[in-house]
Amino acid sequence: MEATIERASAAASPPKLVVDGVSKRFRVRRDEIRALDCASLRVAEGECVCLVGPSGCGKSTLLNLIAGLDVPDSGSVSVDGKRVTGPGIDRMMMFQESALFPWLDVLGNVLFGLSFKADLTAAERRDVARHHLALVGLERFERANVHELSGGMKQRVALARALAPNPRILLMDEPFAALDAMTREQLYADLQRIWAERRKTVVFVTHNVREAACLGDRVVLFSPRPGRIRAEFAIDLDRPRDINTVELASHASIVTRALKGLLGSGPGEAVE
Amino acid sequence: MKRVLSALGAFAAAVVLWETLVRLEIWPPMLAPSPVDVGAYLLESARDRSLLDAAAVTVKRLLLGYAAGLGAGVPIGLLCARFRFFEDTVGLVALGLQTLPSVCWVPLALLWFGQTEAAMFFIVVMGSLWSIVLATDNGVRHVPPIYARAARTMGSRGMHTWIKVVLPAALPFVVTGMKQGFAFAWRSLMAAEIYVTILTGFGLGHLLHYGRELLAMDAVAGIMIVILVIGLLCDKILFSPLERFLHRRWGT
Repeated sequence: MEATIERASAAASPPKLVVDGVSKRFRVRRDEIRALDCASLRVAEGECVCLVGPSGCGKSTLLNLIAGLDVPDSGSVSVDGKRVTGPGIDRMMMFQESALFPWLDVLGNVLFGLSFKADLTAAERRDVARHHLALVGLERFERANVHELSGGMKQRVALARALAPNPRILLMDEPFAALDAMTREQLYADLQRIWAERRKTVVFVTHNVREAACLGDRVVLFSPRPGRIRAEFAIDLDRPRDINTVELASHASIVTRALKGLLGSGPGEAVE
Repeated sequence: MKRVLSALGAFAAAVVLWETLVRLEIWPPMLAPSPVDVGAYLLESARDRSLLDAAAVTVKRLLLGYAAGLGAGVPIGLLCARFRFFEDTVGLVALGLQTLPSVCWVPLALLWFGQTEAAMFFIVVMGSLWSIVLATDNGVRHVPPIYARAARTMGSRGMHTWIKVVLPAALPFVVTGMKQGFAFAWRSLMAAEIYVTILTGFGLGHLLHYGRELLAMDAVAGIMIVILVIGLLCDKILFSPLERFLHRRWGT
């Protein structure tokens, strides 16, 4: 096992994304919740890192901090060496609910993200949007309304919307959690195909260990209360990966065992 | 087509029933005009243009006042939703004034503006404004925060988020408020025209008032039908396209 799954080492090339000792607390009435406690993470250009952990472990908080939607209490997030101070179109985010705008049709939704690309003409924006709808296989649905789409189609549109402005980093917050298994598997295949073509840096949050093992070059394990990064696992399987293979299952089972150990053990205990 | 025919049939039956009841002379003929008399009045007043002119005057007042109420109400509603101070002050006043029957504005408008178009305009604005303010405020508060967050990650900021995301997301609520505001505007204008005689324009309300003074029941009934039809037409022309859009886009 040590041969296939090892503690991931820092990437040789300068990292695309650096999370350095980030902490975040939230006040809920009188209580203070340490959502994230001194988390550090390095993600290389083109790498896909999956953040896994039980709910309340701070993985979505970390994603929001990387997106610039929230500000850390201490520590810093930087992309290409530049500190993140707010949202930017170099980092696009996908949410669990598609967050598509119901007052726009499918094409309008994809165009929304492009409206901040000042260097494109209206016709060029339209072409870029259509190209990305074709990329997710929805070119025939550009005039459809959001409520007419299935859950999987909505997430495809959300993916097209996130990809269209050509961000370098894609942040995905449990984007497939609400979908049925069949649709999810189809999307794993599509996602891996698109990544192979576009080479984005991806941070993917999930509570599904198999999903993480299927999509991630690296799986980062979080534990809750306070939210901490506890372990990392490199997944060095060939792509495209099929979530139903035995190798993938054996990788996933190691992460699952570590996760169960974390939940059983008290805070502060080392987990390997 | 079948729906149109059956509806027309029902209306025809209602008119026949009306005529029959009138012929039975259960009520004094002076108080119960026959549909034939009402039709004759409508034809006659259409020919001498008195009804058309009055309708034009009234509709112009309605649309002007309503447009002003809408133009002011939506931004005020946005301010209330955005700033707590506005919510605590303007929002509270709006909530109170919305429940105020709009005819209550008539004495105040008369004292402030006299028997002028300004008084009419003021009454219509006051009638429609508050429900539009409240609906916009309420609609914005019901917008799922995820829309604004998603827009922010795509580079939307400040005013852009308000105009391009929050306002359209609140549209179903805003349209409901617009419809309510329109109904209130229409009612307050009729109340104003019936109570206030002004020399700059003779509206449907005035016509109705004089119909009563002259004990012309055929005119009173005919004018009421015209008022009803105008309300119906405005609803179909102003709001049906919007509601069709909402239905198509939101699937509600």
